[in-house]
Order: sequence, then structure tokens, then C-alpha cells
Amino acid sequence: MNSDNSMSSLLKEAQGIIGPQQGQMRDRIVNSIYQTAESIAASTVSTSGKVDWDRKIDKIITSKIWGFPIMLALLTVVLWITITGANVPSSLLAEGLFWIEAKLTDFFMAVNASEWLHGFLVLGVYRGLAWVVSVMLPPMAIFFPLFTLLEDLGYLPRVAFNLDRFFKGAGAHGKQALTMSMGFGCNAAGVIACRIIESPRERLIATLTNAFVPCNGRFPTLIALATIFISGSVAVTFKSAAATLTVAGLVVVGIAITLLVSFLLTKTLLRGIPSSFTLELPPYRKPQVGQVLIRSVLDRTIFVLARAMIIAAPAGGIVWILANTMIGDTSILALVAGWLDPFARHMGLDGFILMAFICGLPANEIVFPILIMSYVSGGAMMELDSLKALRQLLVEQHGWTWLTALCTTLFVLCHWPCGTTLFTIQREQKSWYWMFMAALIPTLVGIVLCIAVNYLVRGLGLV
Amino acid sequence: MCPTLNNIPVGCNALVKKINASGIKKRRLLDLGLVPGTKVEAVGRSPLGDPTAYNIRGAVIALRNEEASMVQVSKLGN
Amino acid sequence: MGLTYQSTGTAAFREEAFNFSADDKQPVIALAGNPNTGKSTLFNLLTGLRQHTGNWPGKTVLQSKGSFIHQGIKYTVVDLPGTYSLLANSIEEQVARDFICFAKPDVTVVVVDATCLERNLNFVLQVMEITNKVVVCVNLIDEARRKKIQVHTDKLRKMLGVPVASTAANIGEGIPKLLDLVSKVVFDKLKPKPVQIKYDKEIEEAVSKLEPKVIEALGSELNSRWVALRLLEGDTTLIQSLENYYGKQHLQTLQEVLA
Repeated sequence: MNSDNSMSSLLKEAQGIIGPQQGQMRDRIVNSIYQTAESIAASTVSTSGKVDWDRKIDKIITSKIWGFPIMLALLTVVLWITITGANVPSSLLAEGLFWIEAKLTDFFMAVNASEWLHGFLVLGVYRGLAWVVSVMLPPMAIFFPLFTLLEDLGYLPRVAFNLDRFFKGAGAHGKQALTMSMGFGCNAAGVIACRIIESPRERLIATLTNAFVPCNGRFPTLIALATIFISGSVAVTFKSAAATLTVAGLVVVGIAITLLVSFLLTKTLLRGIPSSFTLELPPYRKPQVGQVLIRSVLDRTIFVLARAMIIAAPAGGIVWILANTMIGDTSILALVAGWLDPFARHMGLDGFILMAFICGLPANEIVFPILIMSYVSGGAMMELDSLKALRQLLVEQHGWTWLTALCTTLFVLCHWPCGTTLFTIQREQKSWYWMFMAALIPTLVGIVLCIAVNYLVRGLGLV
Repeated sequence: MCPTLNNIPVGCNALVKKINASGIKKRRLLDLGLVPGTKVEAVGRSPLGDPTAYNIRGAVIALRNEEASMVQVSKLGN
Repeated sequence: MGLTYQSTGTAAFREEAFNFSADDKQPVIALAGNPNTGKSTLFNLLTGLRQHTGNWPGKTVLQSKGSFIHQGIKYTVVDLPGTYSLLANSIEEQVARDFICFAKPDVTVVVVDATCLERNLNFVLQVMEITNKVVVCVNLIDEARRKKIQVHTDKLRKMLGVPVASTAANIGEGIPKLLDLVSKVVFDKLKPKPVQIKYDKEIEEAVSKLEPKVIEALGSELNSRWVALRLLEGDTTLIQSLENYYGKQHLQTLQEVLA
């Protein structure tokens, strides 16, 4: 069987046979295929008086008047259910887990374990885990299923349809709205979803800006901060509502930053014009509620939680060691925090906060637990079994104001993505440079934003 | 002067006549089923006026103005 | 041409080119179809895996693999990305086409949406040009019933020349019949005779001139009519894939000619 010559001559022959019309061939071929399909379909399908509900629903969901309000309303409702629903189980879990901590301490005392071992295992590893579980599990177990329901219904492509004009304006791809939505679950998943964008330039833009969507590891922190601070001043009845609106507002800010950064990238590092865009709006499907619940709770929630715990356990131990290893009369932790402090102050944060973010590189979930541990382990012991106690720790012992909370929140929204996401970006883009940029861009945005807000608020004398 | 798909008002039908593009852009549009003779209905516009959703052979597909303007059509009315 | 494929056999080739593990000598089933037809739902149902299924196009970008046992025989299932066509205009289309074309699954199950058959048949017809081993799975019939759309599967089977099963994968309806058809095609108890698309006279004449020469050059490895059509339209992606899967040197000249 030979081979090269006969194949190349075949191609030449093909060109010869068909002549200058080769450019038309695809049209004619596709045309024939569609015609065949049409005639087969015509004689095998019968329909009787169908009411096209999808069309009617789309008319409202993508309408000029209702399109955006419905999107905002759904976002707010999902967040509201998450926040309200998570309150009670969160504090129950915290109570339970810290009750166990007390029992563990009793046990360690009973067997005369060394102070050091008790500190490392109970105050470090166990407390880290307890925090991650009680802060993260309830909101995730509520948010994931709700989000999955919307996803399975077929709502996400409509979001992309509504928002596309913005993305086009930013020189980005309309499907970036889809990858962004996936980022709510997990930024690493969002980065992988970027594969659906064909144009390498636009895929890169979507990848680099995915971190501006708060992932599930960051949502609980945002929710906790919002619940403690923003709603601290309002009456109990409005607490969840105020916290909800705050978090929803942050998501909108995140989307605005995404668009702005995409636009800037299009004008600088990733010049180009938007590539072609087609998006199918699939029929709405009735989600299989039972399966959604089982899958999103068992698969997604447990998976993300397990990952957080695996990282939180050693991180908790290490933080405890750093907080209790003294150089002179200050701990290593306080030393590093003190070193970071001057810069952090410009950003409206303090050294401990910035350090917690840095330690949280492996997983965003542990930023807040690390912060609390480093605050607590240095000072007086307290039972952190409620948000009230947390408020007390932050405000009374560490001088937080609402501005500190705001700047922390903004930095939660805009800083380097977690290690897993960075690793995923490196794997997807096969480039260390773009991985580095994916960390640098959101960090710079976060630093600039925090400094600006801090100085603006202080300048106006609002704090 | 033939109208192009992007000029078709929402709720109206049109027949595809020709695709004014070449290469991969044309192939993509053909792939979606926009071959000459296909009936297409504009079913809805995004709240911001672009893109527009079209019913192409039973699937609802959103096209940006740029893509829709490559598709030459003849109007069919409602 | 001295193709790796011919010298080492299908299983070994699949292993080399598509990362199939070594003990995978079991029948391979590919799930193909338009986006959003429920391929992933069917995949999950068959394999018991829980690949997440969302309702947005492009969810399955790369194929995922699983297995199941039917009547004592273990099958491997591959969930291909959903595409509108197999003409390789995008990465997904190329992945799907290359798998069907080069990995030669023992059956390609084309999952189609009963509520939107015409669009889906376009894809079915393209698959049937590449391989005979096709089973059509008319999925989402529960949705179709709700929308009062009726698909006459018997007539469809006759017109297409391949086995047709109707299913509602989300509630498990029609799956035993589908698996029955699949196993029959795998073990040659049922031999689909896919209907061929008739092109216009000029194209048909060109194909009949070119096809014997394709057979001469490639043997019976690939469907010669299909290759002839791709050559006639000057499809460079097929040449690229031939190169990727069948070794470089043989095809350099082809590339040059096309460049």
C-alpha cells in the first residue's frame, strides 16, 4: 500500500475534479445533508397544538423591563435563602463542635498530655477544622443545591444572553458569563469551563478574570463579615436582609470589575476584536429535584468541604505553632504580622488580616479561620461559638471598624485565586506567565481598591 | 438591496438566501443550520438590544449583530 | 501507507491515541449528539457515575469515560462533547469526529432530542457517513409528550436504516430496549444499513471518480466515500488528524499540497 504520492495526487485530483468551485463544496454538502434531514423529519414527526411555554418564559426573562430585575432578584433570593437558612445550623454546629473541643481539652488534661500537644492538636488542628466546618458547611449545603437548580433549569444561558452586550463592549466573549457563573461554585471549575470559549484571546480574558467572582470558599467569609458588621447596626428583623443586599452588591461589584478588567486587558495585554459568538438557549427542563439535592450536597459540598478540611487541619496546627513559638517576647506570628502591618494599614487592614490572606493561598476557605486563630491564640481564650462573640473579638479586642470589614471584604473579592485555581490555570494555559498574571492582576486591583476606599472614607471623615 | 438577518424584527420570519462570509465564519453559520432556503424566526432580543435569539430549525440560538449581518435573507412577514 | 493502526490492531491503537487503559479490550460505546440532548444524563445512568449534568451548551468539553455491565458483558462508554455537526469547525467537533473516525467505537449511540428532531437528524446523517455501527437514541420523549410532539420511531428506523430506540434517560424509560439494540449491533446480530445522503449530480460524479483511488490509498480503514467528500471540499483538519493518529511522515506531502 503506497502512499505519499498517491495521497497527494489524490488531493490534487480532488481539486482537479471539482475545479475552482471547491470553495462552494461545503455549502452544497451541508445543504444536501440538511435537506435530507428536513424530509426525514417531515415524515416522522407529528405535532399537535403546542403551546410554546419556553418562548413565553423567555419573553419575560429576557425582556427589556424584566430581564435585569429578575436576574438581580434571583441572585438576591438565592443569597437570602442561603444567609437566613445558614444562621441557625451554623451556630448549632459551632456550639456542638466547641462543646467537643472542651471535652477534648478535659481529656488531654486527664491524661496529663503536654501543654504543647494539647495546643497543637486541639487549639490548632481541631479548632481550625471546627471553624471551617461550622462557617462553611451550612451556606454551602444551601447555596450549591439552589445554584444547581438554576443551572439545570437552563437559566444560565439566559444570563449570558442578557449580559452579552456588556461583554462584547469589554471585548470579551459572551460565554464568559457562563464561566463566571461556574466560578460561583469554584474558581477552578470556572477556569476549566473557559474551554467552551474558542478564541484563545477571549478564553484567556475569561480565565484571568474568573477570580473576581466570589467562589464558595469565599462566600461564607463574605456572609459572616456582612452579618457581623453591615447588619450590626440594624434591627434584628432586617439583619439577614441587610447582609443579603450587601453580599449581592458585592457580587455586582465583582461583575463590574470583571468587565472593567476584561476591557483593560483587551486594550493592553490582549488586544483584539471580539470573535464570533453563538449561544444556544436550550429548552427549559424540569430539574430532578431529588437528584440535584443528593448530588450537590454529596458531591460538590462534601468535595469542597473535604478539600478545605485537608488544608485547614495542618494550617491550623502550623498557625498555632507560629503563634506560640516565641522569639524574645513576641511570637513569630506577631512578628510577621507586625512586619506586614504598615502596608496593611494603608489598605485599611491590619498585619494579621493580610497574613491570613497569605496563609490562605492553599484554600480561600481558611483565611477567616486563620485570622481568628491568630487573633485568639495570642491573646485571651474565648469561646467563639457565635457571631456575637466574633464581633466582640474583632471590634473590642482588635479595633475593627466597619471600614476594616469593608476593606477586608473587598480584598476577599479581589486577591490572588487559591492554589488549586492557579494550578488549574497553569495546566489549562500551559503557561507559568499567565498563571502569574492571574494572581497578580486581581491582587493589584484589590490593593488599589482597598487603598482608595480606605483613604477616601478616612478623608471624608466617615470613620 | 437584500435585508440581512439582523434587520428582521422580533416575531418575524425570514428565508436565508446567502451567507456573506467565508472560511470558518461561514462554516460555523452553516453548521447552525443557516443554509439557503432555511426559515428563520427572530424570537427575542437581549434587553440591551444585542444579541438576538433566532429559531433556527427548532433550536433557539443567539447571534450577535455582527454574525447576523452576514446572513442575507428575504422577509416573510409574520 | 504503513499505518500504525493496521499493524497493531484497534485496541492497541485506541490505547495509544486515546489513552484507554490496557485492560480495556471490552466493547466501546460512544455517546454522540447535539448539545443538550441528555448525553451526560444517559452516561450517568448507564455508568452509575455522577458526572454533573447542567443545562447549558458546552458542558462536556472533553470526553469522559465509564463502564457498565449488560448481560454479563462489560462495556466501556465514552461521552463525547455535544456538537451541531462533525465537520470539524471547532475543537469539540474535531474531538467527536476523531473519536468516531479513528478510535472506531463498536457502536456510536447518537442521542437526539425528540422535541427538535430535524436539527438533530443533520448530525445523525453525518455520523452515518463515517460509520455503519450506529444506534439512534431518541431521547427526552417525556418532554416531547409534554409538548405534544410525536416521533414515529418505526418509520424513522426504516428511513435511516439504523436501529432506533426512544428513551427518557432522566426517568430511566426505554433503557433496556436501547441496551438490547446496542449489544446486538456490537455482536453483529443486527447490521445497520445507514441510508446514504444523495448529493447533487456533480458532487456524486466527483465522488465516484475519487472513491476508488481513496480505497487504493487508504484501504478499508476509513469510509472511503466520506474521505472522498472531505478531500473534495479540501478539509485540512482531517489531514491533520490523519497525521496525528497515523504518524507524521506519511502525511507531510498531503499537508504541502493543501497549504
